[in-house]
Amino acid sequence: MYQYDHYDQAMVDARVEEFRDQARRRLEGQLTEDQFKPLRLMNGLYLQLHAYMLRVAIPYGTLNGRQMHALADIADTYDRGYGHFTTRQNIQYNWIKLEDAADILADLAKVEMHAIQTSGNCIRNISSDHFAGAAADERVDPRPYAELLRQWSSFHPEFSYLPRKFKIAVIASDTDRAAMRLHDIGINILRNDSGELGAAFYVGGGMGRTPMIAPLIREFVPLDQLVTYAEACLRVYNRYGRRDNKYKARIKILVHEMGAEEYARQVDAEFAHLLEQGVEPPLAELERIKTFFVDPAFASDAGADIDRSDSDFALWLDRNTVAHKAPGYTSAVISLKPVGGIPGDATAEQMHLMADLARNYSFDELRVMHTQNIVLPHVRKADLHNLWTALDAAGLGSPNLGTVEDIIACPGLDYCSLANARSIPIAQQISERFAASGKTEALGQLKLKISGCINACGHHHAGHIGILGVDRKGVENYQLLLGGSEAEDVSLAKITGPGFDEAGIVDAVETAADIYLRERQDGERFLDTYRRIGMDPFKEALYG
Amino acid sequence: MADFLRYRGDETVDQPAVTVDAFLDQTNASAVRVEPGDDARALIPHLGQIALVEVNFPAFGDGRGYSSARILREAGYGGELRAVGDVLVDQIAYMRRCGFDAFEPDAPLDPDDVEAALSRWPDVYQPAADTRVPILAKRHGSAS
Repeated sequence: MYQYDHYDQAMVDARVEEFRDQARRRLEGQLTEDQFKPLRLMNGLYLQLHAYMLRVAIPYGTLNGRQMHALADIADTYDRGYGHFTTRQNIQYNWIKLEDAADILADLAKVEMHAIQTSGNCIRNISSDHFAGAAADERVDPRPYAELLRQWSSFHPEFSYLPRKFKIAVIASDTDRAAMRLHDIGINILRNDSGELGAAFYVGGGMGRTPMIAPLIREFVPLDQLVTYAEACLRVYNRYGRRDNKYKARIKILVHEMGAEEYARQVDAEFAHLLEQGVEPPLAELERIKTFFVDPAFASDAGADIDRSDSDFALWLDRNTVAHKAPGYTSAVISLKPVGGIPGDATAEQMHLMADLARNYSFDELRVMHTQNIVLPHVRKADLHNLWTALDAAGLGSPNLGTVEDIIACPGLDYCSLANARSIPIAQQISERFAASGKTEALGQLKLKISGCINACGHHHAGHIGILGVDRKGVENYQLLLGGSEAEDVSLAKITGPGFDEAGIVDAVETAADIYLRERQDGERFLDTYRRIGMDPFKEALYG
Repeated sequence: MADFLRYRGDETVDQPAVTVDAFLDQTNASAVRVEPGDDARALIPHLGQIALVEVNFPAFGDGRGYSSARILREAGYGGELRAVGDVLVDQIAYMRRCGFDAFEPDAPLDPDDVEAALSRWPDVYQPAADTRVPILAKRHGSAS
C-alpha cells in the first residue's frame, strides 16, 4: 500500500501545527465559532449533539495493521474505547474534546494518517472498491488513481471553498462495489478499443435530499489527462454551482439544471484550456504510485481445499468470503454487524485484534467497506478456519455479509445534530427480529439501509429496502422505501406510502420480506423480485 | 494590525475600481472590481489596459473568487490582483497560490499571523497561479 515520502509527511505535519494554532486561537477566544467552524471542518472536527466528533480519513479504505492499532489507541486514549466505521470508508470518534484534537492529529500523523478534508465544502476523502487489488473481476487496481487524485485534491487552493462538499469514487471493474454513480464524480478505469487504459467520468450523482444517478459525461479520458479533466469538472462547478441555497448546492443540481450535455460542453472547453496550462502531474508519478500497489508475494502453492466439517464455519465461509484473483486465496469480510449491535462500531480491543489478524493472515492489510465492515483482502484459504476461530471468539464472526442483518445505518439522533430520528435502535431491532425468526438465510442478499434524516448518510435511497427516519409532529416516524441499488444495476428506491412508528417499521420490513419469499422465482434476489412484480403487491400487504 | 497588504514592487493603483459591467461599457477605466457572480473571462480581451483587479469576497466561504483569480492569471494578467472583503488569515495562503498579490480585508490582519500562514506549507501538491513546483513534479526531477 502507499507509503508517505518526506514530502507527504511534511505536509501532514504542517497541517497538524496549523490546526494546533487554530484550536489555540479558538480556545483563547481570538476566533469566533463562526470563523473556527470552516477551519475545524476541514480537519474533520464536527460539533455534534453531545461532543465534538472527529472523522479520520482512510484513503480509499486501505490501511495497515500499525494504522489500525493507532486507531484503537486513539479510541482508548481520547474517546470511550470505540470508534465508528463510516459509509465513506472512514472512522469517526464521537466523544472528542477540542483540547485533545491537535494531539490526536499528531498521533495520526505518526502513522501516516490525517483528518484532512474529511468535512467542509472541499474535495473529500477519495473512496474506492474495498476489494481493490484482490477482486477476481477487476481490470486493474483502482487505488493508484485514487491516490493520485488524493494528492491533487489535498490543500487545493482553488477548490477548498466549493458550493458544497465533493465526493469522488474510483473503481476499475464492471462490478460496482463503491456506489460509484452516486458520487459527485464517479470514475471507472477501463480500456478503450485500442486496449489503452483511461477513465470514464460520471458526474453529478449523489444521495441526500435529492438523489440522482450520475450521467456519463465523458467516455474516455486518457490517463495522462486524468487530473486535468477532474480540474475542469471542478472549475465549472466552483464557478456555477448554486450558492444561494445549501440544499441545491451539490454538483448534481448544477448538472441536472444545466443538463448533462451542456455541463459536458463547458467542461470540455475548460479542459481544452487547462491542457494548455500544464496542470497534469507527470505520468511518471502515476507509475511511482503504482509501485506501492503491486501484489503481495502470494504463495504459488496455496491450497484451495477447505475443511467444511464445522457447520458454523462453513456458513461464515459461504457468506463472508469473496473470490480472489490469486489461486488459494480469498478476501474475508469481518462483519461489524453483530445481531443487536451498532452497525460499524468496533471496540479498541476488536481493532487491535483485527490489526493482529491482518498481520498474521492478510499481508498486514485491511480495508474499510462503505457498508461499514472490515475486509482482510488476501487470506490463504488454508488459514480461514484459524482466522474465523479468532474472530468468532471476539464477537466478530457474524456470518451475515450482504444479508438483511448487514445493515448500513447512520449515527442518527443518538449522536447527530442533523438527525430527525434514531437509526441505530431500528437496525438493532431488525437484525434481532430476522436472526430470531431464522429468515436471514432464506432471504439471501438483501441490502437494508437506514438514514435518520433526509441527508441520507445511511444511503436509504440505495437500499433494496431503505428506511428514512423523519420527524412527524415531534414523533419519530419511519418511511419505507423499496428497490434501490448502489451497485452496477444502480437505481433509486421509491417510498411505499405513509410512514410507520418504531415498532411498525420493523413489522413493515418483515412484511416486505415475506412478500418476497412468497413471490420470488428461481434465483431471484429481493431486488429482482421487486423489479419484476413492482410496488403494488408490497403496498397491498403493508397498507391493506 | 494591517488593513492593506501588498506583495508587489510597483506603485499602488489609486484609481477607484468600477464594476465589470461599467468597465465593459467605458473603455478608459484601469481598475475593475469582480463580484462572485461575474465572469472574469469577460475581462480577458482588455487585460492590457487593466492595472488593478479587485476580487470581492462578500463571505469567505464563497470560493468563486479563487477561480476568477486563476482564470485571470492563466490569461496572462500581470497587474495587481487584490482580494477584498471577508478575507481572513486562514485563506491567505490559498489566495496567494491563486494569484492574489494584494489584500484589503474588512477586518485588519495581524502581520505576524499572515507571515506564519504564508510560510507554513513546505510544499504544494498541485500547480496553481504561482511559481511553486508541485511535489508531484519535484519527485521526478523538476527543479525546486
